[in-house]
Parts: sequence; C-alpha cells; structure tokens
Amino acid sequence: MEMPVPRLRLLANKAHIVCRLREVLSKAAVIEHATETRAYECDALSAYRCPPLAVVLPSTTAEVSEVLKICHQEGVPVVPRGAGTSLAGGALPTADCVVLGVAKLNQVIKIDYDNRFIRVGSGRTNLSVTGAVEERGFFYAPDPSSQLACVIAGNVAMNSGGAHCLKYGVTTNNLLGVTMVLMDGSVVEIGGEYADAAGLDLLGLICGSEGQLGVVTEASLRILHQPEGARPVMIGFDSSEAAGACVSDIIRAGVLPVAIEFMDRPCIRATEAFAGAGYPDVEALLIIEVEGAVSEIDFQLGKIVEIAKAHDPVEIRESRSAEESARIWAGRKAAFGAMGQINDYMCLDGTIPVSQLPLVLRRIRELSGQYGLDVGNVFHAGDGNMHPLILYDANKPGDLEKCEKMGADILRLCVEVGGCLTGEHGVGVEKRDLMHVQYSKDDLEVQLAVKDVFDPEWLLNPAKVFPLAITRGRRERVV
Amino acid sequence: MQAMIETEADLSEVIAGASGPLTVVGGGTRLIGLTAGQVLATEGLSGVRLYEPGALTLVAGAGTPLGEIEALLATEGQALAFEPMDHRGLLGQTGAPSVGGMVAANVSGPRRVKAGACRDFLLGVRFVDGSGRILKNGGRVMKNVTGYDLAKLMAGSFGTLGVLSEVSLKVLPRAETSTSVLIEGLGAADAVRAMGMALGSPFDISAAAHAPIGPEGAATTMLRLEGFQQSVAYRAGRLRDHLREFGSIEIEVSHEKSTDIWRWVRDVQAFHASKGDVWRIVVKPTDGPEVGKRLVERFAAGLVFDQGGGLIWVLVPAGSDARAVLSGIEGHARIERASNETKAKLGVFPRQNALVERLSAGLRAKFDPRGILNPGLMDAL
Repeated sequence: MEMPVPRLRLLANKAHIVCRLREVLSKAAVIEHATETRAYECDALSAYRCPPLAVVLPSTTAEVSEVLKICHQEGVPVVPRGAGTSLAGGALPTADCVVLGVAKLNQVIKIDYDNRFIRVGSGRTNLSVTGAVEERGFFYAPDPSSQLACVIAGNVAMNSGGAHCLKYGVTTNNLLGVTMVLMDGSVVEIGGEYADAAGLDLLGLICGSEGQLGVVTEASLRILHQPEGARPVMIGFDSSEAAGACVSDIIRAGVLPVAIEFMDRPCIRATEAFAGAGYPDVEALLIIEVEGAVSEIDFQLGKIVEIAKAHDPVEIRESRSAEESARIWAGRKAAFGAMGQINDYMCLDGTIPVSQLPLVLRRIRELSGQYGLDVGNVFHAGDGNMHPLILYDANKPGDLEKCEKMGADILRLCVEVGGCLTGEHGVGVEKRDLMHVQYSKDDLEVQLAVKDVFDPEWLLNPAKVFPLAITRGRRERVV
Repeated sequence: MQAMIETEADLSEVIAGASGPLTVVGGGTRLIGLTAGQVLATEGLSGVRLYEPGALTLVAGAGTPLGEIEALLATEGQALAFEPMDHRGLLGQTGAPSVGGMVAANVSGPRRVKAGACRDFLLGVRFVDGSGRILKNGGRVMKNVTGYDLAKLMAGSFGTLGVLSEVSLKVLPRAETSTSVLIEGLGAADAVRAMGMALGSPFDISAAAHAPIGPEGAATTMLRLEGFQQSVAYRAGRLRDHLREFGSIEIEVSHEKSTDIWRWVRDVQAFHASKGDVWRIVVKPTDGPEVGKRLVERFAAGLVFDQGGGLIWVLVPAGSDARAVLSGIEGHARIERASNETKAKLGVFPRQNALVERLSAGLRAKFDPRGILNPGLMDAL
C-alpha cells in the first residue's frame, strides 16, 4: 500500500511539535515514545502499519481545538482515530502525522427522553450509547458488528451501518447534530436537537467523510424505544440462487424484517466447527428477524415461511424462545471469528442491487477457482451489502497480493452490476485506488473541492479515500 | 425561454453557455425562495429509468412528474415512505410536482417522524453543476459510503449547487392499512406530552400531529399506526391504554378516513382557504408549545403541529415576522407562503451560525463559481 513519503521537515521538528502539544495537554495525553506510539500504528486493517510521529488524547472539545490549531500552524497532518476498528485503514497513520484519538471524549452529555435523543462525546462506544438509555427501554439503532469497541466518532466518519439497518437506517439517518472542530481549530455546531437542516445539509455531508472534513467531538443521536419483542427464523436452501430469490420475494411481499442475513456453505461449515450453533449443512442459509408484539411476530414469520416454501427450502427453523433465538444468531455472530480460525482473511464490503445476488455469487465462485483462494460469504442480504471473506495465508509470500487482486476484481464486479465499492466500512486506504472504477474524474474532483472548503491545506487524514495521484498537488502544496 | 432541455447533455450545454442568472424550475409547484433569472425548466428530463420492486429501488429523470411515480409504485403496493407534501393547495399552484423539485426542496410529510426525510431515501443523484459539468454521486443501492455523500448535500439545496438530472430513491412497501388514534380537547402542552409518550412507546407510531383547530373543528391530537390489519388493531388498543390519562380517545379504524386526516396534516389544508402568510418552524418537540404560545399572543397565529410538535405550521397576518418569536429557542423558521415584498424584507431562509454560513458559501463557490444557479435563493438577510 503506497503512502505519502513522510516530510523530513516534520520528522526533524518532532521535539518542537511535541513540546507545543504538551503546552496545551497534560503530560499523559501526549504520547511520543516509539514503544508507545506503536500501539497506534494500525487499525483493524492490520496488514498495513506505520507508527505516527506522536499521539494525542485530548479530553475536551477545547483541547481538540488547541491541538488542531498547533498542527495547522506547524503544517502537521492529523489522523483522527476513534477506537481503531476500521476495516478499511481509515486510521492508518503516516510517520509524519499526529494521531488524534478521541477515546477520552466519552461522556454522556445529555439524555432527553421527551425529545428522544442523547448527546454524547464522540469517543463513547456504540454499545454504551444504548447502555445509557436501555433502563428506560430505549436504544440507539445502528449496530455495527464491532459495536462493543467502536466509537461514535468512527461511526459518524464512516457512516456505519449494521445488521438492523434494513429497518432503522445507518448512522446518517440517526444523527441530529454534531460539534466539530475544523483543521484550523475553529469549533462549529452543525444541526442541533431538532430534525432537518435550516440551510444546506452539512450534517449529511460530514457523516461518512472519513475524518477528512473535521474532528467530531460531540454528537446528538436519535434514540428509539425497543420493540416489544423480536424473533428470527432460519431457512436453509440448496442453492444461493433460491436464497437470493427468496429475499427478493419477501421484500416484495410487503414484509419488512429488521434483518435478513445470508451465509453460504463455506461460512456455515466454519461457524459450525467454531460455534456449534446447529446449522444445517446447506448451500445457503438465511436468518430473518422480525419485531413487534407476539401476535405480530407470529403473523410476519408465518408470511415469511409461506414465501420461503415456494423456493424449496431444505430446512426451516422458527425460533420459539429466547434460547432458540440466541442459538440461531450465535453462528452468524461468530462468523468472522470462525473464518479467522481457518486462515487470515480479507473482508470486502461492496453493495449490489439485491436482484444481482445470484449472478454475483456465481461470479465470486468462479473468481475463487481462478485465483485458487477460498471465499466465504456472510452478509446483509436485505440491502445487498455483501461481505465476501477471502482466505489467504499472510505468511505465504505473494498470497496477500493475490488476495488484494481478487478483492479488487470482486469490487469491480459490484460496480459493474450497479453497486458500489463499500456499503458500510468506508474507503480508507483499502479501496482508495479503486475510486475511479465507480467515479469519473469530475465526480472525484468535486469531492476534492469539498475538502478544499473544510481543510484548504489538506492536513486532515489526507492520504485516504482518494487515489494519491489525484490528491498529490493538494497535499504537497507548500503553505 | 430557451429550447426544451431533453437530455443531460442539453442541460450541461445550457448551463455552460448561460451568461447570467438562471432560475431552476421543476414542476413549479414549490416556488418558495425568491429568484430572478432566466427560467431553466427541467420538465423535459422526464421518465422512470429503472424500477425494481424486489430491490426497493426507483431511478427517474428529475423532471418526472411525482404523480406518475406514485402511480407506478402503487401498482406494486409500494410508496415513497417519507410521504412528500403536496404544496399546490397551500401555495395556490396548479402544475405537476416533479421528483427533482421534491428532492431539491427535501420535501417530506408526517411520516418523517418515523421513517425519515426525503434525504434519507435518496440513494444517488446525477446533476450538472454551475460550470456545466455532468456529475454523479451515490448510486442505486441501499448502503453506500463510497466517497463523500453529496446526494445528501444536493437534497434541500434548492438548485443552488447544481441542477438535478436524475435521482435514485429507496422505496418501501405501502402499509396494508392505517388507523388513527384521536384525542380531542388537549392544549398544546398536553398534546406534545401525549405525542412524546406515543413516539417513545414500542407501538411504532408513524405520525403524530396536533391542531388547535383540527379537521373537524375541535382541538385534535392525532396519532397514526400503520401495518398489517391485526398488528394495527393490537397496537391501537395498547396505545389507548398507554395514553389513558389524556381523557377520551377515539380510534378511527377506517383506512380511507385515516388517509384523509393525514393528507390534511401533510398538505397543511388548515390554511388553504385562509389569507395571510405561512411559516414553517422547526424546533425540538418540547419547545413547540412555548413557540406556539408566543405566536398566538403576538400574532393571533393559526397553528398546526406535526412531527410530535417539532414542526409547526404557522398562519400569521401578511407581513408578520414569525421568526422573531424564536429568540432564545434553538430552531429555525422559513417563509413558506408570503408576498415577494415580505419575502425580500424578512428573508425566506433563516440565518445560521457564522461558520455554517461560511462553509455553505464556500461550497456554493466551488459548485457554482459564477454564482448563476438560483443565486441568493437560500441566503438569509
């Protein structure tokens, strides 16, 4: 993975930069020793690593502002970091950058049940947002798989989704307002405690901008009351095509499940060996969850089962209790871990139109044969957000490169059939060089122009999202 | 008036070749902001390009009449879940609203409180910027975080950043039936409290409104439940118990009557026949009653609260500055209907904080460097 050549001027100036940062932060909040900065050398895309110049851990919006002011004055690139769970390398440092971690900004600032929102520091973990409101029966809807660890700052930066976004939407649909610090240190309030912008929808623009427009320090999030109950049904098919057609028919029939999850045989076998959830050994498996009162759940599951029967299912297992529900979900939730037991893997995130599922699954199988790398598929089928897991051996020379090439082919395929490169993980460094597959030169240029408005010097997370070749002029401009 | 624009290339050519300001017009039924420029009509960019019911996706030219899209969706039992308001009655217009105009104004309706706004259902856009560049962003799939989300930025930008040529929308199944739970005689404060309790319950409320003078004349608080017959009946019963403290509660089970009630709310029918200016005020729901009180004291205003109290439709005597009552309260007010003189005097759009204004101006300068697309339309005074 190509990264910009670190600027010698900055490396040579490290002592001065650290000294200035220590003037505005406590001693413990500035990390500069090589043994300690190593902890920040990568995120969950651990194939790429690079310790930063220094790491800062501010505790308040004012401290974030001071840090950014200094870095702005000194011309130091800043890489914002949430919990470091990015699968796309969104928090990958460069040797000449300051990593700005928001972990200490983790307070609950306000809970307003009457207006159904919560305001939190952006370093708060996704799951603990729900934790703060669940005693009153409320929850925060977006639920990325990493929700135990990932924080709101990263969720906003990547516009994170989750298993339940078919019904509840992704981060951008549940965000009311943010406090954000621009690269020059100015603090801007965007949105508020009400719905809809007064002017241009800057909130919608910021959400998903991968930490390139500003550092979000606080966020107001919509909270919802939990439904009375939820229950899944598991349906096995002897072909991926049948499972795909079943998904389409369910959606078309007017039932809107909260989640429709898909697993193929390689994934099912791996999770069975790992979690022993009792899944049948079939070509494709759907887990479909519906919500509501008992009678509603029965009604909806009845309808889903009726539709599924038209597609010759091998097995239908309707959950009758909380224990059975947990068992059905156990395998799905362990899927990534189970695949990781077999080998190293690369997790893709392309989204395709649901109607193209059978075609894309067939093409992935063909590519798998061509490259000689196994692939497991586990994904959110209701919204077409695929997660092919390509297995490779990190210790085998050339295997990672082969895997990356195959991943790129799969993502090109996703775009070809009308989809996109990334549905919820973000572009980061991982898919940066594929952006031209989805967007024209002008399409990308207008996005670069947006960054020019927020960060004219291109100091915030500058080496991400866009191919380096088209951002070089902006990043290397002498200021 | 220039030649009819029928393709994206035509649109690009006209904009690139424009020598002065352009007024972008879709169906011409939501002319809210003030403009002064040569009319650029997008009605020729019409037609549904793709509709996949099983993927909940529709792609259409920006000039496509909304009525055509809604009729097509109805054949598959689907709909635009954000329930876009029809402005014609309120603004006295007779044209056919276009899907591009709906997106450009981010038009939603009562279901916004549950499902989200138009911008939440916008999957992608194609547009031409102020230099004539043909651009796209997003796509036609339901989850997409590839690059910056300019589709959101285009929604509600009222043609000031670019002229939409095509939009992709997520559609949803139409509910099998609906029921309205009605409470008569509440004051605004109790009404907002009741709506808050309903919206904060597990019963999946799809709309919550209150009108001091309701569809039948009396003060009415309205809550809507949608879904399968049996589910709606169950939740209506539970909701009635939940709100018992607010007095006698009527359940309107007729789907037709319920539909009429919500169309009344959605299109602000209460003010169609009344003279005076109409404002649209957005606050957090619990601030709604105080704002309403000030408006009544100051202007003897007519009010309709939607979105659980967070959206207030306001009828005031011509020339009144309804925005002034927001002092000390977070929110914003837009003129929806008034004379051009009043619009020019008070500003249609509200002022925002200085940094947001600066960033917005910066974006406009990038998208439309010559400042020719609906110039000044969204500017505050």
